[in-house]
Amino acid sequence: MKLLKKLIAAVALVPVLAFANGGSYPLDHAPDRSTDMAALQNGAKLFVNYCLNCHSASAMRYNRLRDIGLTEDQIKTNLLFTGEKVGDLMKNTMSAKDAKAWFGAVPPDLSVIARAKASEAGSGPDWLYTYLRTYYKDDSRPTGWNNLVFPNVGMPHVLWELQGVRNAKFMEEKDPHDPSKSVHKFEGYDVVSAGSMTAAEYDNAVGDLVAYLQWMGEPAQTQRKRLGAIVLIFMAVLATLAWRLNASYWKEVK
Amino acid sequence: MAFVEKKLPADAPVVDKALNWVDSRFPLTKLWNDQWGKYYAPKNFNFWYIFGSLAMLVLVIQIVTGIFLVMHYKPDATLAFASVEYIMRDVPWGWLVRYMHSTGASAFFIVVYLHMARAFMYGSYRKPRELIWLFGFAIFLCLMAEAFFGYLLPWGQMSYWGAQVIVNLFGAIPFIGPDLSLWIRGDYVVSDATLNRFFSFHVIAIPLVLLGLVVAHLIALHEVGSNNPDGIEIKENLDADGHPVDGIPSHPYYTFHDIFGVTVFLTLFSAVIFFAPEMGGYFLEYNNFIPADSLKTPPHIAPTWYFTPFYSILRATTSEFLFVVQGGIAAYVAFIYVRTKLPKTIKMAIAGIALVAIAGMMPGALDAKFWGVVLFGGSVVILAFLPWLDLSPVKSIRYRPDWHKLVYVIFAIAFVTLGYLGVQPPSPTGERISQVCAVIYYGFFLLMPWWSAAGAFKTVPKRVTFSAH
Repeated sequence: MKLLKKLIAAVALVPVLAFANGGSYPLDHAPDRSTDMAALQNGAKLFVNYCLNCHSASAMRYNRLRDIGLTEDQIKTNLLFTGEKVGDLMKNTMSAKDAKAWFGAVPPDLSVIARAKASEAGSGPDWLYTYLRTYYKDDSRPTGWNNLVFPNVGMPHVLWELQGVRNAKFMEEKDPHDPSKSVHKFEGYDVVSAGSMTAAEYDNAVGDLVAYLQWMGEPAQTQRKRLGAIVLIFMAVLATLAWRLNASYWKEVK
Repeated sequence: MAFVEKKLPADAPVVDKALNWVDSRFPLTKLWNDQWGKYYAPKNFNFWYIFGSLAMLVLVIQIVTGIFLVMHYKPDATLAFASVEYIMRDVPWGWLVRYMHSTGASAFFIVVYLHMARAFMYGSYRKPRELIWLFGFAIFLCLMAEAFFGYLLPWGQMSYWGAQVIVNLFGAIPFIGPDLSLWIRGDYVVSDATLNRFFSFHVIAIPLVLLGLVVAHLIALHEVGSNNPDGIEIKENLDADGHPVDGIPSHPYYTFHDIFGVTVFLTLFSAVIFFAPEMGGYFLEYNNFIPADSLKTPPHIAPTWYFTPFYSILRATTSEFLFVVQGGIAAYVAFIYVRTKLPKTIKMAIAGIALVAIAGMMPGALDAKFWGVVLFGGSVVILAFLPWLDLSPVKSIRYRPDWHKLVYVIFAIAFVTLGYLGVQPPSPTGERISQVCAVIYYGFFLLMPWWSAAGAFKTVPKRVTFSAH
């Protein structure tokens, strides 16, 4: 049996190594702020101000923001602009037809975007964190913007006033697998105009925004983990008791 | 015969009187004793014997959580995705119920695969337990159907395209295929009509059949008695009371044994539910958090992990691989002619079927996709024939020749590798490996009548191997 387990483990590992390399733009690691209330509140503010104009989060109710430490009054005065009620869902008023005309595609609903964007390359928050920090100016695109993680993206750089405007430098390099082709390799940015934030401030703000998106993907996650710890402790005690109870019955079986 | 009710003394406890009243009208005590209370099970059960009880537990979890999910879920293409998120956010404890159900689906397959592995190792499908195995096989089919229909309900991208791919497989059947898949979907693409009928199958049709089969599986088991790791019939060795010497009543021994097993299982189950409900994208796939879109095909569509061993065989069947299959069929028929004493008419019939199959695999005849579906279906159906393919003189792997263990290990590796490759995007290397594994998979079963009877077998003891705890 030991041999069997070892062989299965060895075979299971081989293909993992063989397929490990992805090849697209490497993702940065998003900071974990899922329990940092100040970061989540700042993220919520950025989200409502910058994202919710075009995107919706139609599974999310405004008053759920109480879970990240806001009161209903704070939500009403700071985050509701167009007469929504505090128990409303985060919908937006842009019609699908207009969206299609303006951006080429309807902006996706962001309720569970942090869960949807996970892949072998990284977690959903990693993808979002890298994506929102890799916009560059590209006049060949209808919006004037392009992105390293999401090439030819339909969304313009909504946060440009914060980050500033950058051009991307690319280098043509021979494809190591096929010498007849060349690959477009990213080399770095040229700053065209500075934004209202420094690079570090901008990364921090995006970190907060991504933390909020991650939280919004599953608002019950903190409760889930907290309850999980209690359940596991309870189960450990119960399993120990069941183990000894079973042993006391089986003592008499000869 | 007139109805006679057993008379209890006037001062008997009221519980006894009530039980007597019921027992005179319904065999309640008898059922309990036959099915569990005084059911004598071998005392040498090991770790592998917990998975039957665990499968029962997971079935109950799935039914109970399912009932609560149906209260809030909307089987409507425009509402389904949002209603799942509504359950996750607005329904009190909805997230817990949903995670229990989604984790339970994968847990069900883990438990059932281990349950089947146990049957493989100790020959639990052998005479007189063929019907137990067949009922179990039917349960496995129901489980696959249940998982497939249920997976469409969250109406995410993977739900949608997974259903699209599998329903399209029926389209590969000659003549009736396209109409058949249209009939299954109820539309030209997977749509609201498909969602509604899959919902109906998932919540009522399949569970009804499944429950009936589970009852049949248990009645058959308790009729012939359980096998054990030594593969000995404990009923052949009875004590003065007529009970097996190597048996013990299930209650209380296996009751508390299983309660212990259940607590360990629930600890692991809770760890997943509370700390890794997505299980790295295997229990809840990332793509399924994007609502279904009939205009956007995801770059990589893979079925959920529990289907992938069989799905890999489908993908391995390329037109190139069909030459290997043709060669394999021809060699197998030749082998049957030389090595078996089957009646001539049966040999002729086998040769005839083989000839039709080989002709059908010729370039220009039926395409590889069709044969892929045949091999895919065949890889599941072949399990049903196991009791008649295994001709080993002993049941348990413990008393088989040592090299038999290697055969099982190679089979297990091939099965796991097929499963692994099925979740990966297609690649030339993966395709070759999966083809080798497909050959091993079929070879294991088709050649079993010969290899299972070959070699030097060890003497099976008269009494079970058991050391007191």
